Amino acid sequence: MSAGPGVTHGTEEAHQPVFVGAAREKLDALFPKFPTKQACLLPALWIAQQERGWISGGSMAEIATLLDLTPAYVRGVVTFYTMYHTHPVGRHFIQVCTTSPCHLCGSDDVVKALLKETGCGELGATSPDGRFTVIEVECLGACGFATPILVNDDFIESTSPERVPGILAGYR
Amino acid sequence: MGYPHPSHPKETVVLSKYFGDAAARTHKGWVERGGYEGLKKALGMTPEAIIEELKASGLRGRGGAGFPTGLKWSFMPKGDGKPHYLCCNADESEPGTFKDREIMRWTPHALIEGCAVGCHAIGAETCYIYIRGEFTDPWEVMQQAVAEAYAAGTIGANAMGSGKRIDIVLFRGAGAYICGEETALMNSLEGRRGNPRIKPPFPAAAGLFGMPTTINNVETLAAVPHILNRGAAWYKALCLSNPKSTGTKLFSVCGHVMKPGNFEVTMGYPMKDLIYEMAGGMRPGRTLKAVIPGGSSVPLMNRAEAESALCDYEGIVEKGSMLGSAGFIVMDDSADIVYEVYRLAKFYAHESCAQCTQCREGTAWTTKILERILKGQGKQEDLGLLLELSEQMTGKTICVLSDSCAAPIVSGIQKFRSEFDAYLSRARAPALAGV
Amino acid sequence: MSAELVNVTIDGVVVSVPKGTTIIEAAKQAGVLVPHYCYHPSLPSPAVCRMCLVEVEKAPKLMPACVTTVAEGQVVKVMSEPALKARESVLEFLLINHPLDCPICDQAGECELQDYVFQEGRAGTRYSDYAKRFNPVEDFGPDVLYVPNRCILCTRCVRFMDDVADTPVLNVSERGDRAYIGIDQNQRLDHEWSGNVVDLCPVGSLISKDFLHKARAWDLDKSASICPGCTQGCNITIDTRDDVVVRLRPRANLDVNRHFICDTGRADYRWMNRGDRIEAPLLRDGARLVPTDWETAIPRLSAAVKSGSGRVVLLASGRASLESLGWMKRLVEGRDVTAAIKVPQGPEAPLPGVPNLALRKDRVPNLDGARLAGYSADWKDALSKVDGAGLVILLDADLDDQEAARLVAAGTVIGLQSIDDDRLKGASMLLPVSTMAEENGTYVNRDQRVQRFTEAKAAPGMARPAWWIAAQAWAENNAGQGAPLSAADAFARLGETIPALSGFSYADLGLIGRTIEATAPIDAAGQGAAR
Repeated sequence: MSAGPGVTHGTEEAHQPVFVGAAREKLDALFPKFPTKQACLLPALWIAQQERGWISGGSMAEIATLLDLTPAYVRGVVTFYTMYHTHPVGRHFIQVCTTSPCHLCGSDDVVKALLKETGCGELGATSPDGRFTVIEVECLGACGFATPILVNDDFIESTSPERVPGILAGYR
Repeated sequence: MGYPHPSHPKETVVLSKYFGDAAARTHKGWVERGGYEGLKKALGMTPEAIIEELKASGLRGRGGAGFPTGLKWSFMPKGDGKPHYLCCNADESEPGTFKDREIMRWTPHALIEGCAVGCHAIGAETCYIYIRGEFTDPWEVMQQAVAEAYAAGTIGANAMGSGKRIDIVLFRGAGAYICGEETALMNSLEGRRGNPRIKPPFPAAAGLFGMPTTINNVETLAAVPHILNRGAAWYKALCLSNPKSTGTKLFSVCGHVMKPGNFEVTMGYPMKDLIYEMAGGMRPGRTLKAVIPGGSSVPLMNRAEAESALCDYEGIVEKGSMLGSAGFIVMDDSADIVYEVYRLAKFYAHESCAQCTQCREGTAWTTKILERILKGQGKQEDLGLLLELSEQMTGKTICVLSDSCAAPIVSGIQKFRSEFDAYLSRARAPALAGV
Repeated sequence: MSAELVNVTIDGVVVSVPKGTTIIEAAKQAGVLVPHYCYHPSLPSPAVCRMCLVEVEKAPKLMPACVTTVAEGQVVKVMSEPALKARESVLEFLLINHPLDCPICDQAGECELQDYVFQEGRAGTRYSDYAKRFNPVEDFGPDVLYVPNRCILCTRCVRFMDDVADTPVLNVSERGDRAYIGIDQNQRLDHEWSGNVVDLCPVGSLISKDFLHKARAWDLDKSASICPGCTQGCNITIDTRDDVVVRLRPRANLDVNRHFICDTGRADYRWMNRGDRIEAPLLRDGARLVPTDWETAIPRLSAAVKSGSGRVVLLASGRASLESLGWMKRLVEGRDVTAAIKVPQGPEAPLPGVPNLALRKDRVPNLDGARLAGYSADWKDALSKVDGAGLVILLDADLDDQEAARLVAAGTVIGLQSIDDDRLKGASMLLPVSTMAEENGTYVNRDQRVQRFTEAKAAPGMARPAWWIAAQAWAENNAGQGAPLSAADAFARLGETIPALSGFSYADLGLIGRTIEATAPIDAAGQGAAR
């Protein structure tokens, strides 16, 4: 999701450190696996996102300090990768593959069904109840199982408009 | 194959033999199925002997470029005193390709075994497996398998009691197609934006963390233990056409076929049989229109080309395209070529890393032109413009992402011109709503 | 130097360059400028703009000249059809999202996009029906605005902050055609050297607030100069419009400042435009200072020096040229002289990526030149000698109130000053001098490098360089020896009293200067003597 310069994403209260307790232990366990601290950047961002649901400016600054990087550098990296959220998203984040192979197999109809059933209305929007955000995603790498969707970290193959209500029912 | 369909009798199942067999996922199960024999053998061999065996087998990279694996390994410096790294490219993101995903989620130990052999052969103690972030299931399976392999002493400080240290570290990508490009993958692993690097230096000279590095695709590495087990001669003999293409290959077939899936056949197998027999052919009443055979980054093949092609590196080039990662996107006569080409251009525009001008601006511009054509607002000169832009997007940039965007556009216009003309002449109703 | 040389042919010109040289640099030797954006000789090359693609014989595709190194026998074609076509195409791609706002863009006239499009681009656009990418202007720092719409993502600014300033506050954010230059949300681009990103930006994307809408590039007159801000002696260009200084920019000198200057130096030019100047020689007539001409003033000066008695104190500005300092000293030759310059102090601010480049704590440009000419930096000591001195000569000295008040205790006070200063109304004469921006001269930097600066604007009224005034007066007292009439002469004759400078001339200083130690005597044949 592109946002131009000058746009500050999300609203953030005073940053509460992410890397304390178990999260810190996870990060510390990563260091010996790489010859540089910088190499732990993507894993650290994953930890932050798992902890908070998105990666705030405060989290980026915290990670920058931990890895001897700068917040600007970290933001440049974060915004390169589409899976990191730089703003809060719905409780359940749904990504639908619509690249050619899935498009051939009717992914557009799955998108329509998801937007309708979640109440999101449009791609990128969060449903009024805050439960869902649906986005289109480029190739999920399961073209033989069209149309795959990712609900949070759950990879669901061979969805169809008919299956959508049942799938959504599993996510409260 | 084996999952979700049973293996077809005409398949040559080597890598896919245990797809669908959940017990093969465990270390115990893998050993019971003859797993880790290749590694055991490799650890008793010198690196040179392994590399010679691979060279003799004719194994070529399965990620897309088809570079001979043994030769690639032989480029690694010897006795240079620097740490060497093996990277396994499991960032399978090429539209139409979904074979590495199946290898990882059904036979994770096959990959671990291949990685361990690779480490020994190139003098590396660490292998990083870069798995695309969206592959949550393979990630879970691989994590479990790596933990088991460590626990069993198969890898670790003293791999299989050989005295050699082999560490395997899983690394999760975060959503970037371009990280499947080897130098972008290394940047990503180092904690950077996934920008491809200028070559030279090549990875074998200065790769990951500036050290000598080899990068191999999942399928390539998974094939290695089988070659050591059964011998180069066996592998080399797996060849139905050109002797430069040997072994078995997983072909991902998707799109308009009745039974999409991965099919493992001997190199040189006819594409027609793959599509019609194994993948179940077209839906009733439909006929084949086009195939993009290499994942999406290669020229489209029309029906005649596809039905006469032999599936190996040379056979597909002969028919005007490339094998690439061997993901066949099959389109029947209901497919709108203009729309599919547009959808691919949109994909590349989304994935461009933003470094090179032609790619950053060109992928977005060509997408806009195609979008306009689909809205029924195209101009006659648009096709010429698309071809000109595509030419300037080919062979001009650091990596081949912009070339990949151009390939389906150029071949689409060349081979399916009438479909573009139908939109331009307003003979066909717009596929996209205009502004 | 025994670097291995390789011979390459570039657009038909054969050049020999050291092995490892890039094609783009070799081409410069051949007199060929390969158009480029991301490449900059003081930054690492990412080869991303793809503008410098050239044809290399036997290579399967066009090669980026910025990272491809030369090979023996290589034949490079910069102006070949495929290379021209590729560049035309890159320009077209760059322009699709670049606004055509040249009429209101400060970069216009010195814009590399404008220049190359004019030179090699297409006449018309083929992108006319689509909206261009839009992002609002951002305030990056005290003197830097970012106009993302004009950005061509060459990343020079990011690399400068990362690799040269070692302060990574900028980044490339997002990817594809959504990418832009981002800045740390909690930081400003306020590093002491960050203003360089404005110069590095090949287009009008990073612009100076100070220079905003001040002038069109083609209205500017540019003069080679030396930054008068500290002892580093960064080479600069003074840009004037209608005789008003509007901007200072770095001038390349790989041995001194490469392509950079600090923000302190960059901003310190307003004094050059002061209007409160002395415009005619003022001689005391009873209670008043009366304007006169130089024919009247010069003999009065020489007489004051010749006939007076007692100690002479020379209080000079650290910005005074070597010529002025030297000739002023020569004027008072034979008397008991205490000479000093005032050296304001400030914190040192290095540019980490360039060895031996910093804003220095001694904030004058000619400290070493002054020492060479016999001036000390012990300003306090010199001031202490004002009391009871026979003659105090001010050479554009910047005095504070206390210092100015001490002058009443001296006998005769003569000011060679640029500024009309009420506190000096008790002087026996005030002679108008030009500032360094208004004259030709030299400074000696902290590495003993003698560097020339040139006249950037006209001196007001009858103001003259101090060396001219001093030399004229000296000639009055030294019949038959003649006074130098040009700065070049004045400099060439410094060697008569300062041995270290003998043999130096403006011609061999050129515009990038020369260090004193490195100068071997020139023999009759014009060859450097063997060591």
